[in-house]
Amino acid sequence: MKDIGFILLSWVITVGSIATLAAVTLRRARELSARVPDDKKPWL
Amino acid sequence: MHDMTGTKTTRAIGIIALLVTAWVVISAFFITPADQVQGDSVRIMYAHVPTAWIAYLAFITTAIASGFSLARRHRTLGFDRVAGASAEVGVLFMALTLITGSLWGRLTWGTFWQWDPRLTTTLFLFVTYVGYLAVRRIDGDPRQRARRSSVIALLAVLEIPLVHFSVVLWRSLHQEASVLNPDGDVRLDGLMLFTLFSGVVAFTLIFAWLVIHRQRLMALADLDRVVGLDAAISARRAEGIGSAAT
Amino acid sequence: MNVIAVIAKKDLLIEWRTRTLMARVVPFALLVLVMFAVALDSEPLLLRAAAGLVWLALLFSTMLVVQRSFDVETQDGVLDTLLACANPSRVFFGKATALFVQLFALGVVLVVGAVVLYGVAISGDRVVLLVTVVVSATGGLAVVGTLYGAVVANLIGRDSLLPLLVLPVLAPLLIAASRSTEAAFGSNTIDVANGWAWVGVLVVYAVVFGSAGALAFAPLTESDA
Repeated sequence: MKDIGFILLSWVITVGSIATLAAVTLRRARELSARVPDDKKPWL
Repeated sequence: MHDMTGTKTTRAIGIIALLVTAWVVISAFFITPADQVQGDSVRIMYAHVPTAWIAYLAFITTAIASGFSLARRHRTLGFDRVAGASAEVGVLFMALTLITGSLWGRLTWGTFWQWDPRLTTTLFLFVTYVGYLAVRRIDGDPRQRARRSSVIALLAVLEIPLVHFSVVLWRSLHQEASVLNPDGDVRLDGLMLFTLFSGVVAFTLIFAWLVIHRQRLMALADLDRVVGLDAAISARRAEGIGSAAT
Repeated sequence: MNVIAVIAKKDLLIEWRTRTLMARVVPFALLVLVMFAVALDSEPLLLRAAAGLVWLALLFSTMLVVQRSFDVETQDGVLDTLLACANPSRVFFGKATALFVQLFALGVVLVVGAVVLYGVAISGDRVVLLVTVVVSATGGLAVVGTLYGAVVANLIGRDSLLPLLVLPVLAPLLIAASRSTEAAFGSNTIDVANGWAWVGVLVVYAVVFGSAGALAFAPLTESDA
């Protein structure tokens, strides 16, 4: 495949940064939800 | 173990999003053919086009949520959180659009950037929401922050068409020859179109998942502040009672 | 007496007494023109870029004037008192009028600066276009500056936040004002008729953001107490 470096880089950046944001979101959720009682979370 | 920001629905969205994304990646790299004009660089398009669409979807969501947030500003911060979460995801997706777009441009046009109306408008849109997020990051009264950020998001709705119109007019009066049709000439066959469409579906699901989670995260942060405040007040009160008794 | 005029007069009187514009902003704006000349280091290039450079210098100076206009208000809660007595949209137009007068004066200084420093020649019939451009563009600058000045008023770090928020919004104004000023400066890249077309964009821009500012000023300055 021609130009595989650029194509791969595009996908790595795209998937990588979205995955990073998702991971950060879940980790902060774990931290914060431990400090807030469950009965106060409207989505449960 | 405390329950976090996930629910059955978000888990389902997450799993489907992962499956569809996996299919898009496999199809983009191994199944779809190279384009007749663009060659293999068309494989970047399966990431680039959906991120651009979702970024626009995110900013539209932010604008609508900001309108509601401003209209109901004395009652709820819920809309404000949705607006903020959506803008966060939108800024990330727009950054990805710009990065993948310039990588694709380097392969197809030979340059990372062109002062084409659509690119220029996108860049200004991106910077506008970076500013919006900068305002949201500042600590302070959440109600005041909600009002300020709603106004910025609604002003962006006025700003973007004006930017686009003036850039189009500017470039059309510009006397240098235009270098290339920015789209190249893409002839998409059925499978390529289906892959592109799957990409849009995958990224829409990812967007929904991220916004739901981040919006709940903001609610948690607000609740945490209230819980902390309540604890501090009752501790102080207990102190007061203790000292009164002795 | 009209509330808008009273507020505008108050702001201009404060400016007249403190002389911030005269003592700091005008020298700064002229300094920017000089620095551009040093950086570009070519007279033909400078002449070609003169219109854009004048507007960039004015945009940067606007940041300083807007900060000043709201720092005066937010000390001692003056803005709350003003808003308690008057309709927010009138306060908005009052402050925008004062800003307009200051920026127009600054614009005139910068155009004269371009004539002196860059060797721009303005022939007789192009003066009308030039004056119309400076009036309509500084009008747009004044309303957008007042609006975003209110957005960042009282925020920590507002001095770096204001340019980040305002400059993208001012992009259409910068494009339109630069192109029409190019026409007025007699550049051969754009003719006078196209220059007038850009003035139309400037007027629409000022009207759109003027109306938006009048509407947005109430929720922006609302206090929760």
